[in-house]
Amino acid sequence: MLTIPRALYDKIGAHARADHPDEACGVLAGPAGSDRPERFIAMMNAERSPTFYRFDSAEQFRVWREMDEADEQPVVIYHSHTATEAYPSRTDISYASEPQAHYVLVSTRDEKATEFRSYRIVDGVVTEEPVSVVE
Amino acid sequence: MAIEVRIPTILRTYTDGAKQVEGTGSTLGELFTDLEQRHGGLRDRLVDGGGLRRFVNVYLNDEDVRFLDGLETPVKDGDTVTVLPAVAGGAR
Repeated sequence: MLTIPRALYDKIGAHARADHPDEACGVLAGPAGSDRPERFIAMMNAERSPTFYRFDSAEQFRVWREMDEADEQPVVIYHSHTATEAYPSRTDISYASEPQAHYVLVSTRDEKATEFRSYRIVDGVVTEEPVSVVE
Repeated sequence: MAIEVRIPTILRTYTDGAKQVEGTGSTLGELFTDLEQRHGGLRDRLVDGGGLRRFVNVYLNDEDVRFLDGLETPVKDGDTVTVLPAVAGGAR
């Protein structure tokens, strides 16, 4: 299960809406081993595309180094789908390489309601998990 | 002195869990070949045919080696090479 503070949950949704119709992406960092997302980091989508996303490699290097120095991990890795459901695509699965992370997918295909779902992706196997939003 | 190589979580199965290993070589490609002797299987996760795998980012100090010379990038004692999983995907 992913337990996520309301403020971070809302920030992901707002980022996805702001970048629509392009895909938005980012990270929630948290203390290593805690499984607790605490810090919101919106990342650039180097692809600037409605169907693909890729972290900019230089920005990723800086962010990963910051996390390392603060003894943090990427607890959540999120991105949006803007015309399809919030379910990992084949490309998402082939790239998923943080077995301890929650992969959050949001869909902005519906103008009014943002779909928000979370998955574990380990060795190519996708397992959806419940999301608990806490105040 | 040697070249320090930082290994991401996903590849630590090849380094007995070590976050950091050391190697030698005059280019990145030679460094990976050297690492392979002690960490069998690692090179194959980094290199595909003649180039870097698209699933990884490799940095020399803080530069992405794709913007340098890829596997031909010269390396020297005291350098740090960082490997990170590329984060990418999309709707298809």
